[in-house]
Amino acid sequence: MASENPDRAHAVAFTLNGEAVRAHVPARMHLGDLLRQSFGLTGVHLGCEHGVCGACTILVDGRAVRSCLMLGVQADGATVETVEGLTESGRIRDLQDAFHARNALQCGYCTPGMLVTAAELLDDADAATSREAIRAAIAGNYCRCTGYHAIVDAIASTAEARGQGRRDAGRDAGLEAAE
Amino acid sequence: MKAPDFAYARPASLDAALALLAEHGEDAVPLAGGQSLVTALNMRLSAPGLLVDLNAIPELTGVSEAGGEAGGIVRIGAMTRHRDVGTAALVRERLPLLAAALPHIAHPAIRNRGTIGGSVALADPATEWPACCLAAGASIVVRGPGAERRVPADDFFQGLYTTALEPGEIVTAIEFPVPGADAVWGFEELSRRHGDYALVGLAATGRRSAGGLSDLRLAFFGVADRPVLARDAAAALEAGDLAGAQAALAGELDPPDDPTTKAATRLHLARVILGRVAARMRGGSAQEDGPDGV
Repeated sequence: MASENPDRAHAVAFTLNGEAVRAHVPARMHLGDLLRQSFGLTGVHLGCEHGVCGACTILVDGRAVRSCLMLGVQADGATVETVEGLTESGRIRDLQDAFHARNALQCGYCTPGMLVTAAELLDDADAATSREAIRAAIAGNYCRCTGYHAIVDAIASTAEARGQGRRDAGRDAGLEAAE
Repeated sequence: MKAPDFAYARPASLDAALALLAEHGEDAVPLAGGQSLVTALNMRLSAPGLLVDLNAIPELTGVSEAGGEAGGIVRIGAMTRHRDVGTAALVRERLPLLAAALPHIAHPAIRNRGTIGGSVALADPATEWPACCLAAGASIVVRGPGAERRVPADDFFQGLYTTALEPGEIVTAIEFPVPGADAVWGFEELSRRHGDYALVGLAATGRRSAGGLSDLRLAFFGVADRPVLARDAAAALEAGDLAGAQAALAGELDPPDDPTTKAATRLHLARVILGRVAARMRGGSAQEDGPDGV
């Protein structure tokens, strides 16, 4: 466990893509490097390493964060999910299919960060998913191919499909309640 | 780039954190959300010997009503994340100015991690929370080796990244007075791209009176080395003179010239957003037409 005492390296234990893991990590190493180098999760892409490009975005305790702006040692006790974990769980299958169908991938460098950012947006039932809201949500993720339009298309179509599902579920629930 | 070598500690209590900061002096730096500090480390703009991580100190988190029997204060723990500040029910009901500012703070991933106390302690002059503190007449609660003290926002922000914090002190909370029923507020920010630092922004509070607006506090940001209260513009606006208020800004704001935006442009934009905010405050609808989503 990360110590209350100052040290240049710490033992950490956390949940990574559903599995309990341990590591010994230098204090100066950011979480993105820890995930790539110690756990081989190279879907975590590092672009700018100062929080601007968004390629390294992951989920920590269910929320999107920049893995380059968190230290590896700070993952101690947390639940961490990378694009690999989200893929294996099938949680973003529809989103990934939409990225493929809409040609929102291009070179693919920004894609993991885009998917994680979009996953959080789409999970938030209260979030607006207009194209304007989607653009605001992904404004912190750079696409160097400038493929934004197709990416917004993919997220919007996923939101629409899921929204339709939610409305159907709501209607069914309403019918059941009425019966 | 990669951060330089440093030691790290994650104390579980405020007292333990303050003891570490006292023991290590200038070599130690408190780590809040890290959304500016880790950037500075990665870019080798900062090289502390020790980071004292405040993320495991429960007493620094949360939004609550304070002020005892008299009430009237919302206390926000310094380590409360931007997103949790803006979405807290108490904030949305009592401090709508803060909820309106939230969507302008960087991007979702940054808002999920960055903290209000970290932002206030850093005192970047182009950021939203310091200006909101100034507009709302908040007090910054500070702890150090000595007793807890409260610094009015008017006195806290002293210059570029410079505050009233003494060595060994940290921000523990921010206390906002709850506005009365006749309160009005406004928030507006212009940036090059959504989520970027403000070219110019305005956080404003006041009261609606029979004659118009009164008790106005117009806190501009992105136009000086700290958030600035435009008092002459406020006086003109209270007198019902919007054009006079806009003209007064030339004497009150001294925006920086930078390679992409001339000072004159920022001053012009400040007048534009003052016009928008004033119109909404006078019209009774303080809600800005900003980006939706949080």
